[in-house]
Amino acid sequence: MTGKILTANRVDDGLVVFLNGRGEWAEALSEAWLGEHDSTIAEFEDIASAAGAGTEVTDVYLFDAERDGDEFVPAHIRERIRALGPTVRMDLGKQAEGIGGAFNALG
Amino acid sequence: MYRYDEFDHRFVRERTTQFRDQVTRRLSGELTEDEFKPLRLMNGVYLQLHAYMLRVAVPYGTLSAPQMRQLAMIAERYDRGYGHFTTRQNIQYNWPALKDLPDVLDHLAEVEMHAIQTSGNCIRNVTTDQWAGVAADEIADPRPICELLRQWSSLHPEFSFLPRKFKIAVTGAPQDRAAVAVHDIGLHMHRNADGEAGWEVLAGGGQGRTPMIAVTVRDWLPERELLPYLEAVMRVYNLHGRRDNKYKARIKILIHELGAEEFRRQVEEEFARAGTPEVEVEQRELARIAAYFAPPAYEDLQDVSTEFELAKNGNRDFANWAKINVAEHKAPGYAIVNISLKPVDGIPGDATTEEMNLVADLSERYSANEIRITHRQNLVLPYVRKRDLFAVWSALNDAGLAIANLGHLGDIIACPGMDYCALATARSIPIAQDISRKFADLKRQYDVGPLTINISGCINACGHHHVAHIGILGVDKKGKEFYQITLGGASDENASIGKILGPGFSGEEVPDAIEKIIETYIAIRGESETFLQTYRRVGADPFKEALYATA
Repeated sequence: MTGKILTANRVDDGLVVFLNGRGEWAEALSEAWLGEHDSTIAEFEDIASAAGAGTEVTDVYLFDAERDGDEFVPAHIRERIRALGPTVRMDLGKQAEGIGGAFNALG
Repeated sequence: MYRYDEFDHRFVRERTTQFRDQVTRRLSGELTEDEFKPLRLMNGVYLQLHAYMLRVAVPYGTLSAPQMRQLAMIAERYDRGYGHFTTRQNIQYNWPALKDLPDVLDHLAEVEMHAIQTSGNCIRNVTTDQWAGVAADEIADPRPICELLRQWSSLHPEFSFLPRKFKIAVTGAPQDRAAVAVHDIGLHMHRNADGEAGWEVLAGGGQGRTPMIAVTVRDWLPERELLPYLEAVMRVYNLHGRRDNKYKARIKILIHELGAEEFRRQVEEEFARAGTPEVEVEQRELARIAAYFAPPAYEDLQDVSTEFELAKNGNRDFANWAKINVAEHKAPGYAIVNISLKPVDGIPGDATTEEMNLVADLSERYSANEIRITHRQNLVLPYVRKRDLFAVWSALNDAGLAIANLGHLGDIIACPGMDYCALATARSIPIAQDISRKFADLKRQYDVGPLTINISGCINACGHHHVAHIGILGVDKKGKEFYQITLGGASDENASIGKILGPGFSGEEVPDAIEKIIETYIAIRGESETFLQTYRRVGADPFKEALYATA
């Protein structure tokens, strides 16, 4: 099943975050809320414009992802790298903290 | 080295205090991101793929040992234990938190550094020859002029909101190691018929999506007229540069559209109109600045060092490194040490806190406290006595930093690419790593001879792919990374833009494609003919045939 996930960078430390089902910004992609219906995506757009004007996050946008078992896999390599960390430094980013996901950045 | 005067100190401190207040107001919600973004960019703070990125200016690529130690400390305390040296002779940190950045800027100010004008549509950090002041072929040290330009362009009210960013490169040597022909303004020192040193002023060079070689605006200008002349160039650009289209806003497009002759005419007209009222002041200031760049007190040494010659005979690795990475110095008995930041499988330009501290220690002990950053993402110790070379090499070798590949196949430029950069369309670093592994054998690199491979992860060309002998550009093709190969670029005094060879390759195919290009060169090269000379003699056809004929 494909859908959209709302993502941003946290203002105070800049790290990548994803909107979860409780309306909070989570660090792990696995906790994200995958919007699969037009109504959810419309809601995401409202949340994005409100959040973009606030102090918690910045650069809010949607990306395509699909559900694969327990996790979500971004459609584009750019978003997979963003959810994991640099492919050339596995010791850095979310992948190093164990919150990156089991998928491969290269697809 | 230049030392801040009271004005410089106050100026940087005031800016840091101002930024601290701006960050506080952003975190409290008093400033929106739209309001804050231009303010953070004015202080070198970008938002990248994973986090914020801080770009710190290293004026004309010169650092002292205490400055390098402070950069190492910042990497350790506020980042992830490393920094990335860039093709602009700067350093970037990839993971700083916004809330820490005012403290980071304070720490930079403690050692007379800052991140001002490392972003935005202003005159950026001036770059120069990494061997400035020590190169054997040099006419004069270009850094006093670079520092004068830094002071002139810092917060210059007339040139703070240009149509687009503006980069100036300067070289004081006939061999251009600063790539002046691919900058918005390039300054190249020459002697006139009377033997007086002056400046050739080039303008309109650049890379990015529209690569161009600069045109000569003036072939020789006396130094005392340099600032008023540059003001004339800047004024013509500021008035007529295109503000309607970001992609046509650089000075190269203006010169291309006007034609070099008309651009020259307008500059000369503006130069004549404005006159040169402050020339005397400028000469006094230049003399004051130049005193800071006086060379260290050289010892009176024989040019040949017995210790050095004996050490080479006793250690083949050292002898190779000395041949490849050590350059001729203008003072007898001294040498220029180039430290390659390009180990096999490494990340071009990255240095850890420990590596930065080691280089700082070595510069303190062996190189008059001075270090240079090169636009090829390497480091330089500019004042090493030949008799100390073995000790320097041994310390570097113990740390894995005695990589004897300078100017050869393994010395690859790569931008951060899609592993870090928000603008990138493909990754650069893994391509550099794959190539470095394939050509890990140094003997093979020496057989191939001088060669530059530069890799950019998008059309903005931070990885200088247009001016590489072999250039690689990463693009996105329907969600997949794809790489175009160009041949025949050069950034020296005979600069040229590389030409695309043909259809692109997937990342996995790139190392084999490079291998075929190299094999073709080896098969057809003349005696002691370099890769670039061969390409210029035979053109692209043999390489195209090798790559695509059987495909």
